[in-house]
Amino acid sequence: MIADFFMAFLPELVLLTGALVLFVVCLGEGRERLARFVALGTALLAGAGALLTLTQKHTLFDGVYAVDSFSQLLKLVVASGFACVLLLDDRLTDIREDVRPEYFLFLTLSVCGLAMLVSAIELITLVVALELSSFPLYLLVPMRREHQGQRAQMESAIKYVMFGVAANGIMLFGMSYLFGLTGSTSLPVLLVKLQPILHTPLAIAALALTFCGLFYKLAVFPFHFWTPDVYQSASNAVTGLIASVPKIGAVAVLIRLVSLAAPESQTLALLVTVLAVASMFYGNLIALQQKDFKRLLGFSSIAHAGYALIGFVALDQAGYTAALYYIIGYLFMVLACFAVICRVSTDGANLAIEDLAGLHRRAPLLAITLVTGVFALAGLPPFVGFTGKLSLLSAALSRGHLALVVIAVINTAIAAYYYLSVVREAFFRDAGDRPAIALGWPTRVLCLALIASIVALGVAPARLFDLISASLGCVSLPF
Amino acid sequence: MSATPNPIGLPILSLLIFGPLAAVLVALLIRSDRWLRWWTLLATSAAAVGSLPLYFAFDTSTPDFQFLEDASWIPALHIRYTLGLDGISLLLVLLTTLIMPLCVLASWRYITHRVREFMICLLIMETAMVGVFCALDAILFFVFWEAMLIPMSLLIGVWGGPRKVYAALKFFIYTMAGSVFLLVALIALRLQTGSFNIPGMMGYPYSPGFQCWVFLACAISFAIKVPMFPFHTWLPAAHVEAPTAGSVLLASILLKMGTYGFLRFCLPITPYATHLFMPYMVGLSLAAVLYGGFTALAQSDLKKLVAYSSVGHMGFATLGIFALNVAGLEGALLQMINHGVTTGALFIVVGIIYERLHTRDLDRTAGLGKHMPVFTAFLGVFALSSLAFPGTNSFIGEFLVLTGGFAYSKSVVLWAAPGVVLAAAYMLRTLQKIAYGGTRNPDHSGLADLSLREMVTLAPLLVFVFWIGLHPQPFTRVMHASVQRLLEHSSHASAFALVPPH
Repeated sequence: MIADFFMAFLPELVLLTGALVLFVVCLGEGRERLARFVALGTALLAGAGALLTLTQKHTLFDGVYAVDSFSQLLKLVVASGFACVLLLDDRLTDIREDVRPEYFLFLTLSVCGLAMLVSAIELITLVVALELSSFPLYLLVPMRREHQGQRAQMESAIKYVMFGVAANGIMLFGMSYLFGLTGSTSLPVLLVKLQPILHTPLAIAALALTFCGLFYKLAVFPFHFWTPDVYQSASNAVTGLIASVPKIGAVAVLIRLVSLAAPESQTLALLVTVLAVASMFYGNLIALQQKDFKRLLGFSSIAHAGYALIGFVALDQAGYTAALYYIIGYLFMVLACFAVICRVSTDGANLAIEDLAGLHRRAPLLAITLVTGVFALAGLPPFVGFTGKLSLLSAALSRGHLALVVIAVINTAIAAYYYLSVVREAFFRDAGDRPAIALGWPTRVLCLALIASIVALGVAPARLFDLISASLGCVSLPF
Repeated sequence: MSATPNPIGLPILSLLIFGPLAAVLVALLIRSDRWLRWWTLLATSAAAVGSLPLYFAFDTSTPDFQFLEDASWIPALHIRYTLGLDGISLLLVLLTTLIMPLCVLASWRYITHRVREFMICLLIMETAMVGVFCALDAILFFVFWEAMLIPMSLLIGVWGGPRKVYAALKFFIYTMAGSVFLLVALIALRLQTGSFNIPGMMGYPYSPGFQCWVFLACAISFAIKVPMFPFHTWLPAAHVEAPTAGSVLLASILLKMGTYGFLRFCLPITPYATHLFMPYMVGLSLAAVLYGGFTALAQSDLKKLVAYSSVGHMGFATLGIFALNVAGLEGALLQMINHGVTTGALFIVVGIIYERLHTRDLDRTAGLGKHMPVFTAFLGVFALSSLAFPGTNSFIGEFLVLTGGFAYSKSVVLWAAPGVVLAAAYMLRTLQKIAYGGTRNPDHSGLADLSLREMVTLAPLLVFVFWIGLHPQPFTRVMHASVQRLLEHSSHASAFALVPPH
């Protein structure tokens, strides 16, 4: 029994142990290297743990914590994303020297929160896990080294916290209604008790308010205001983390919560449609004007949150599968871009798009990584972004949301322009006097792994689709 | 869909598609530029030779798809890996594999920096282009269709002329903006028929309104690719800035994909909408013929001239398609091949001039004939072919198209005929200037005539100019059955049989 428990809880145990070890490591001086190795080991072990427990099916802690193939699959993705984020920046030049070990501690804690988030099937647990994943991020943002006269990281950290806390407050407010309506905070119970009253305005309002906390994590319009500033002001590697892994957790929880509203809730579908459309247009149109690469990715992330929401409009399994597949693909696409940012910006400063000029001469591998990531984001085959968009559009169109689908493809066309402007710098411009960039082997491995995943997930997604839809079967959804 | 078994036995279409991609892996290992050129030439020539059995094993008596390959790909999204050829796509595949080695030869001296990347782009292009013509699954088609965007815009943007970046971006965005609607249409078709199988989408009773939307969504994508007037503005920019091989690929193969798309999707899948929009498409085709002709007449840049003449020639092709009769369709198909041969050759010719003089200005190339007689002979034949001189390939094509247009409406021919005259005007003007010039020609005495490599590049195209021009049966023979089937699908009767009377 105890062995079963430990087995089911293995990935989280690994992450928690790793965090504890890191805490001890942080107590000494100059332990940066050690901390990096511990964090990397934790990431790999956690991934292995998730892989080992992929077929487990347990409910832990009196029914508040589900271990099923859905959660374990996502933990595997989260752990691999974690490992990639650790490899993003091998010197952390832009993090203050005295807090570098803590950087790894907070990173691990945040990922631990996400791993718990995807398993939470009770509202309070969910909130706790969400906070555990968020608070370390609030601390990681201002860890960037102070430059003369520039303290933007402080400003953006405050922005991040304020918006985060406000969104969580709204979410808790909504949850209080859910509890009031049903007398329970457990999702499986809610699912049953909410069905008869699903059409009442109060139930819809409660669900909509509950979604807000996740929309904030996903950076859906109008909960996006923190995104561009945080992207621009946090150090490159931290932005890489904020941009990628938390989205997985947000989509996973959104699937669990939206399924409360399924199968029929036209009001919520309409709400999600409006948010998706607003996010796509807002993100893409403003991204057209950006000069800073990270800021551009920030606005594009708002647009991509909009794309992911398309999957939720359908309110059926095909839609959830598509959304999850898309966001898993997005993790790799955006990490590919950040891998390039971290390497090209040798001193850790922000990267203007012009700084990419002549990248195909300065570092061919980085240029190919960039072009793969950017074209995948633009939704070109054979990359995962295309297959993801295809599945999202199919799911929405099969439910008759033609207008939404047309708006989405128009946005794809708009977005092509700014993604292309990135490629233009990297391939069509001369390097000028910008130096060549030497790459160590971890970077090479990371780049090749990211390219391989983006292409492989795009060309041969059959296995992942099967895995996702099978795992969605074990989330107790009323399909 | 009925199917005939593959007479060759090998999965030949897959080999043709992915062979060049495999050659990329070898190209990554080769260090010397010289050997890279030879390797790419070898790989593309092997594909050209390997594609010949397709022609000989092709069964001309059946309109069905042949050399079928079918495998599961992404079951969750109902996407399959389905390949096959019919009389419409066969010649286009052969044209592609023929043009590719010539592209390598045409860039032998012209491309001196980043040779490896250039050759890799060419090989990826071949994979995508052959794939487009072979795909029988709509999403597979779309994947190959879009896969061309990246290597093609790199070809233009990295190895192109002074305004290459502008041209590459314009090409990319135009094509991408068009194709997103195609994707929606394909998904909508899948939701109606239950699969992405293209033959399965034909002859399905869609509602008239649905057909119109699908037609328009597809047509905008294909019209941009052709390009039909008024969606042609990307073409001169792309052609002028692209390196020779890029121009040749664009003119010979990529433009054909637009017309191929009309033949594969619009006509057989949405016959009702095709009939509804037929007059407008014919009108746009005529506009393209006249506009292309007049604009070409005013050009002094040789590449721009050939580019605008492309607009006119492709206008003939779309005119033949939307005349919707046997002569028109066969003429359009033949015109597609002809345009690929002739305009491809003209771009190579212009490239040869540019390599020697570093200019494409008509005035500064005047009087080349005196010092480059062999070159001028080639130029003369291709120019005559371009203006559809009897005995050359384009004559057959344009004659068939005009016959089809005549059957559709007499006034159509009245408008199209000046296009032929315009072609004669701008081509003869060019030929006269380059061959003879005036009394004050620039000094070209130091120029060398064609090298053996250049002759080898142009000779196959020359052969096809006369072969199709004097004996077109081997080429039209393979089309008959498929064109008949296409007309059955898109005939007036079948288009309106499914639609309630107004």
